[in-house]
Amino acid sequence: MSEQVLKISDFNVDFWVDGVWYPAVIDMNLELNAGKVTAIVGESGSGKSTTALGLMSLLASNARMSGSVQVKQEEMLNANASTLRKFRGREVAYIFQEPMTALNPVYTIGFQIVETLRNHFDMGPTQAHARALELITLVDIPEPEKSINKYPHQLSGGQRQRAMIAQALACDPGLLVADEPTTALDVTVQAEILDLMRGLKDKLNSAILLITHDMGVVADMADEILVMKDGITVEHGTADQIFNNPQHPYTQQLLGAVPKLGSSKKRALPYSESARPAPVLKLTDVTIEYPKRGRIPAFTAVKNFNLEIYPGEIVGLVGESGSGKTTVGRAAIGLLPIKEGTIEIVGKDISHATQKDLSSIRRHTGIVFQDPASSLNPRLPIGESIGEPIYLAGLAKGDALAHMVEDLLDQVELPRSYRNRYPHELSGGQRQRVGIARALALTPDLLIADEPTSALDVSVQARFLDLLQELQEKLKFACLFISHDLAVVDILSHRIAVMQNGLLVEEGDRDSILQKPKNDYTRRLISAVPVPDPAEQRIRREARLAAKK
Amino acid sequence: MAKKNTSAVETTTQDGGENAIFNKETEGLSQGQIVLRRFVRHRGAMTSLFIIVGLILFVFSALDQKIGPFKIPGWWHYGTEDLPELRSEGCKEGLVGCPTFSLRPKFLGGAGFGLGEHPFGQDDIGRDYFALVMRGAQRSIMVMFVIGIIGGTLGTIIGAISGFYRGWIDAVLMRFTDFIITIPAIIIGSVVGYHFGNLGVGFLAFYLGLFAWTGLSRLVRGEFLTLREREFVDAARVAGASNRRIIFKHILPNAVGVIIVSVTLLMSGAILLETALSYLGFGVVAPDVSLGLLISQYQDSFTTRPWLFWYPGLFIITIALSINFIGDGLRDAFDPRQRRRITKKDRESAKTVKKAGA
Repeated sequence: MSEQVLKISDFNVDFWVDGVWYPAVIDMNLELNAGKVTAIVGESGSGKSTTALGLMSLLASNARMSGSVQVKQEEMLNANASTLRKFRGREVAYIFQEPMTALNPVYTIGFQIVETLRNHFDMGPTQAHARALELITLVDIPEPEKSINKYPHQLSGGQRQRAMIAQALACDPGLLVADEPTTALDVTVQAEILDLMRGLKDKLNSAILLITHDMGVVADMADEILVMKDGITVEHGTADQIFNNPQHPYTQQLLGAVPKLGSSKKRALPYSESARPAPVLKLTDVTIEYPKRGRIPAFTAVKNFNLEIYPGEIVGLVGESGSGKTTVGRAAIGLLPIKEGTIEIVGKDISHATQKDLSSIRRHTGIVFQDPASSLNPRLPIGESIGEPIYLAGLAKGDALAHMVEDLLDQVELPRSYRNRYPHELSGGQRQRVGIARALALTPDLLIADEPTSALDVSVQARFLDLLQELQEKLKFACLFISHDLAVVDILSHRIAVMQNGLLVEEGDRDSILQKPKNDYTRRLISAVPVPDPAEQRIRREARLAAKK
Repeated sequence: MAKKNTSAVETTTQDGGENAIFNKETEGLSQGQIVLRRFVRHRGAMTSLFIIVGLILFVFSALDQKIGPFKIPGWWHYGTEDLPELRSEGCKEGLVGCPTFSLRPKFLGGAGFGLGEHPFGQDDIGRDYFALVMRGAQRSIMVMFVIGIIGGTLGTIIGAISGFYRGWIDAVLMRFTDFIITIPAIIIGSVVGYHFGNLGVGFLAFYLGLFAWTGLSRLVRGEFLTLREREFVDAARVAGASNRRIIFKHILPNAVGVIIVSVTLLMSGAILLETALSYLGFGVVAPDVSLGLLISQYQDSFTTRPWLFWYPGLFIITIALSINFIGDGLRDAFDPRQRRRITKKDRESAKTVKKAGA
């Protein structure tokens, strides 16, 4: 049972940049036995993925490794290419974050599994096909007979990740390296994939090296945990030790930054139920359709959607990917045309507004986009990006504009000197603050935040949410906060709306939604959110499995 | 809980994380400066840039230039209209007008190091071939720039409009582009050359430019199609920017890499197009001179008087090659994924940095 699968000792990785070696992993030690799960936790840049790729010498040519990595008592570091090839896939299999890019889009998933099998074993095509079918059945892809001949794009995200797992398991590897296996997935799908991985591990007695930034996932899976920061292992212990008695301040900080569902204090609505002010945003029976293009038929993304947002409140809009929440956000600000219904912003109907009408509305609205890397023009200094709405609204020019930009930078707690910097010089968290500064440039009545934290690390996210809350309390704007993360919505919002498949399934104030959800889907969503507490996770998992049976 | 998180400090200088390592070389620079630095590091491109700039100065200062009423005298003692006597001393038996340019020193039996009277020789009627080649090179370089500018501008605008607006505008413009592409360049050139060749080389270049934009417009359109979906375009729209501002201020600067690279390659193609047309007799016509025309006029003399072939050819190759190298260097400089290959020596000489926290 406790055969040692992986032993890493004094493992170092450096990257060559411009004549200097920069360390990415420093003196790492790790032992992993069969049937166990060790998690490496850390924020982006901590060197966790580098470790995973370094195990099998998969790093780019500007990397240098030293120390020792042993898989089943055989040294992998500086091993020759044929040894490595024998071990890759056969003994050590990888599951990557993004199954769409890790699977080859021009081959069926069956073909790709068969290929792996026949590379490593002396196997005939029919035999390999039978085994592939067996594997696909094993990972619970529906209709295995049909699915084996499907291309990756014909499968849903969760199914694709299952296909990846099937491929990884093809040769019964002793060690499974899972690099952020569920980060790209919705919470409910994530829970299923984690259950699947857990079940397979017990069945096949493989060891899993789990790499993730999500403390909830770690709590669900890990026996042992390694916390990394800037390449250094800051803490190493059993899951119990790390979660219940963290020693290192960084571990404590990391755990503290994880938003926990239902732990934030009650937030009173900024208005009284009886005397509601006029809504800032009012959507009535809104239907949004993506028109048909060529042979692709028209797709109704949002149907009969009703929502009102009053001044000074934050409304959280949650749902899984594809539920239409981003579509609602974009339509609400006039970026998408609507098919039916009406949208009113500050009392003005924009459902059929022309470009000209919209420009007057835009003084009252701001939007923070999801991806900070893409939402700032890489060729403009950030001062110009922030100042653009003011300049275009004709409010200020020249020195006056520069002043206003500096004030905005102060507000989002960025140094004024950043005015002349370019987006690529800033980190993700800083870029997102620039995004807020731009959205708030015209002191809007309505701010739409479209998953602003989904690309950020937990500690950066915590800081960002604090900032947003402070600004909201100070400036009293109304906010539609779109997110897939219930815990984040819980921290911020006064009211919550839940969407599924383009329909509004439930809406109400925060506590009633989170504590007494009426809708089945809401309940499922809440129970699938991983909690950074191993004991709690076990209880939830068992409840989930019981519910399934 | 939210308040407590303030302890989870995200220090503004440290949270760069992984990017900090890879962006190290780019800190404090705008994208333009980064591109410039990468370009300067490209040895082939920099050499070519010096060659082409030197060549342009050399070629244009050689002969008398007339700009309006002003006349700038050139440093070469012959013009293209002078008719000095055909000289035959120092030439092989039966030849006249051979080049006097010599690199072989006297003690090795040569004429000594020097240009002599007619370094590139003389043509049939005694005109100085150096002056003719200089004039021809001037014409070719001019054609190159005019086609580059006109083709580049047209291609960028048409590509930008069809990529940005899509829909029927795109369909119309792209079908028009297809139509232009289907007409062979030789036919366009010959028709244009036939009608406008005698109006001077400027007209010829202008009309050729009107047909040279197709490839570029397709590239720019593709670039616009991807860039317009980026979120910063939506952000600009929300900020209230007009379509024109979005195209020129937000998207175009991001597509400039593609444009510069393909315009340089368009230019090197242009010089060859002009040469080919002149060679066929459709381009620049006598009494004006161009490199292609010179080659075509003296193609019979290749076996007997090869210098009438060498020197125009040498200039064509030098110009086209330099421009190509510059284009290549620009493409490398604009490609963010391009990194210098790391040699073994680099690996050994590199220093190790321990991070502050280590």
